Amino acid sequence: MKAAVLVFPGSNCDRDMAKAFEAAGFDVSMIWHKDHALPEGVDIVGVPGGFSYGDYLRCGAIAANSPICRELKQHAEAGGYVLGVCNGFQVLTETGLLPGALLRNAGLKYICRTVPLVVGTEDSVFTQDYEKGQEILIPIAHHDGNYFADDATLDRLEADDRVAFRYGRNPNGSARDIAGILSENRRVLGMMPHPERAAEDAHGNTDGKPVFDALATALERVLA
Amino acid sequence: MKARVHVMLKTGVLDPQGEAVRHALGALGFDGVEGVRQGKVIDLELAAGTTEAQVAEMCEKLLANTVIESYQIEMQ
Repeated sequence: MKAAVLVFPGSNCDRDMAKAFEAAGFDVSMIWHKDHALPEGVDIVGVPGGFSYGDYLRCGAIAANSPICRELKQHAEAGGYVLGVCNGFQVLTETGLLPGALLRNAGLKYICRTVPLVVGTEDSVFTQDYEKGQEILIPIAHHDGNYFADDATLDRLEADDRVAFRYGRNPNGSARDIAGILSENRRVLGMMPHPERAAEDAHGNTDGKPVFDALATALERVLA
Repeated sequence: MKARVHVMLKTGVLDPQGEAVRHALGALGFDGVEGVRQGKVIDLELAAGTTEAQVAEMCEKLLANTVIESYQIEMQ
């Protein structure tokens, strides 16, 4: 199983994400933003957290238009799997792979702490090792995590069971407490909280590990 | 030639920064500020012959995120 993690100038969670993929059994390549191709046969592309391009213009806006993101879009449109965390989620909304946008936190502050999340659906390769309604603890670290979409989009996300995670106590003003959403084909997950920061015993919390393990199990089955 | 692009959060999208500015103005004793919306101004220096339609395309593709923002173009 092959994973690729994109690296933009200003990415700072790329190695954490690579470690989490490796621990779940993936061969991981790091792909620089100026590259024009993903490695052949890549199953999942990780878009990591950080401050790509210094958050200039809008968080994720410049990254979304970088050469490698054209490849990312093709990968996703061809049915490939994608996980975007934090800035990665912002990049995915800016590319249009996921609906909505991430606004400045309602309280205007950068928030860095571990928060309770409620699993919204078991129906995805990322969340199938959790139970719907299960509460988990995952760290957040963002200034612009306030999920926004119009009511029709929010209604559709809910009707299609595409809300992967909700905040237990809304820290940033996100519409309908949304912390993470799935694409229509359920193969692209974007989330503001950092599962890769809660994936090893040394982190003091492994509530995020099932995201990577579930993905590995699912892909093993698909590839077998 | 030049163009100036104004990018604002759409009506209905909460602007917490604008709200913070409104509170700060109130704290300074400026009464009667009923609302503040904060946006961006982007000045473009353009090759002669660039059309407003081309600038609009720049806005749609990069300068504004039309999910949350609206834009206005002034060709100068």
